[in-house]
Amino acid sequence: MTDRAPQPLTAAANPPVQPLESNLLPSDVVRVSATKDVPKPDRQLTEVAKLIDVSKCIGCKACQSACIEWNDTHPTVEENVGVYENPHDLTPDMFTLMRFTEYENPETNELEWLIRKDGCMHCEDPGCLKACPAPGAIVQYSNGIVDFIHENCIGCGYCVTGCPFDIPRISKTDHKSYKCTLCSDRVAMGQGPACAKACPTQCITFGPKEEMKKHAEERIEDLKSRGFEHAGLYDPQGVGGTHVMYVLHHADKPSLYAGLPDEPAISPLVREWKGPAKTVGLAAIGLAAVGAALHGLFGRALEVTEHEEEEAQELVDETTPGAPADKGDA
Amino acid sequence: MARRKFSAPGDEIETRHPVIVNRYRGFTRVNHWITAACMIVLLLSGFSLFHPDLFFLTKLFGGGQNTRWLHPIVGVVLFFSFVGLFVQMWRLNLPRKEDVEWTANLPELVLKGDESKMPELGKYNAGQKVVFWGMSVMIVVLIVSGVMIWEQFFPKLVPIPVRRIAVAVHAFAAFAVILIFIMHVYAAFWARGTISAMTRGTVTGGWAFKHHRKWLRELAGRSDGGSAK
Repeated sequence: MTDRAPQPLTAAANPPVQPLESNLLPSDVVRVSATKDVPKPDRQLTEVAKLIDVSKCIGCKACQSACIEWNDTHPTVEENVGVYENPHDLTPDMFTLMRFTEYENPETNELEWLIRKDGCMHCEDPGCLKACPAPGAIVQYSNGIVDFIHENCIGCGYCVTGCPFDIPRISKTDHKSYKCTLCSDRVAMGQGPACAKACPTQCITFGPKEEMKKHAEERIEDLKSRGFEHAGLYDPQGVGGTHVMYVLHHADKPSLYAGLPDEPAISPLVREWKGPAKTVGLAAIGLAAVGAALHGLFGRALEVTEHEEEEAQELVDETTPGAPADKGDA
Repeated sequence: MARRKFSAPGDEIETRHPVIVNRYRGFTRVNHWITAACMIVLLLSGFSLFHPDLFFLTKLFGGGQNTRWLHPIVGVVLFFSFVGLFVQMWRLNLPRKEDVEWTANLPELVLKGDESKMPELGKYNAGQKVVFWGMSVMIVVLIVSGVMIWEQFFPKLVPIPVRRIAVAVHAFAAFAVILIFIMHVYAAFWARGTISAMTRGTVTGGWAFKHHRKWLRELAGRSDGGSAK
């Protein structure tokens, strides 16, 4: 019997040379869309995270290329419209995208070129999963990875409605939703995500979430010593923390970075819509149907009596103008 | 020809002995049943996406993907079909003062089946008017909010925050429509002799006398009110 792959500890981990079995099992799932009572997994995987230190990013897009190559997607070649983003946005074939912002810092009067690698944040409390109506189309593993199971996806776009980061994209060809998988298939085999492995500046790192947080601390300290007093970690608690985190030089203003949400959370509307309101609504409908049925069984039906038929006959006979009516049958 | 006040074109006394009254023309009936069929498909497919416990209903339509594209298309068909009904029925559904009296006496009717205190009515009573206007308003709300969340054809129509409102409004309006639908179907069954108005197109004189006497009176008083047959 072959061994299970180790849990990945770094982005640079090389692929194993001997055959190994997947270490990300269906039984490692902790949340499943549109499914109550997911059985508790018999083991807890180490929580992983990808850390993106935007201060080290040089905008080379090697991560995008690695993502395309590993996931075998084929983004369409688009037109250059004079911006650095390429393609223009996340697409069903582009799971990660460098977003470029030119920021004139009013305090220093300097122009800052802020580059952020956009993509799925792998929320601890995923809005996409909450909104999804298709059982099993979105799952969350105990290591924190949120993954779309495409054979169960119906293409309704509710994940788009639920996501606080505007990440999922629905394919126009197969009508299924796509986003970054955190390379769940690589992680299953003990390797870090393709983007992290390709990153030439180690702006993208990967490993156990606790270690990534420690690494971020060092980076933040360094940034602060260089004058970025608001440097900090972006691990938003509104969504329970994320398994993709940023080190930002302006952590007090995340929205500077191409609209990264300042305080992301699942919209209260989505929570209400997907929350107890559904059950209350269904119960009310059931009650109305049962009430009608009971009234039908025990109430008095409005029967037309013989007497009323006679009165109608009288009324018609009396009021009809110009009596020679129809074929003498009156 | 006198102007119609309580009846619609096509309403006429079909035979005088026994009194049989034509309530809905063939066109209106076909229009109604197309709407009804769409409504049932929409209820089942909508329910399947409304609650995970009802997701199994997608099997009726050949799976989740099929349900996802079918639901909005049938919704558009229903909308236009309902517009047909609206154009034919809105005038006689305008509120009138006898609706107040009818509503005041409604508890007697529902609890005891006692219709004796009810005023004489035209083609529709206040309950039917509530169904009509309730459906009219909610169907507009549903088509507008539905297009906003129609991922396949209008993915970028509204920003995501608006989509979140639309999706909640859509579910709420559907909930209201279902309650109105239950009321409508049950009332048609409860008031015996009603369903034939939408199947054969006719009701008995006694039915018209009992429930919509002003309507019957007007038809009886018209010189075309049942001529020729």
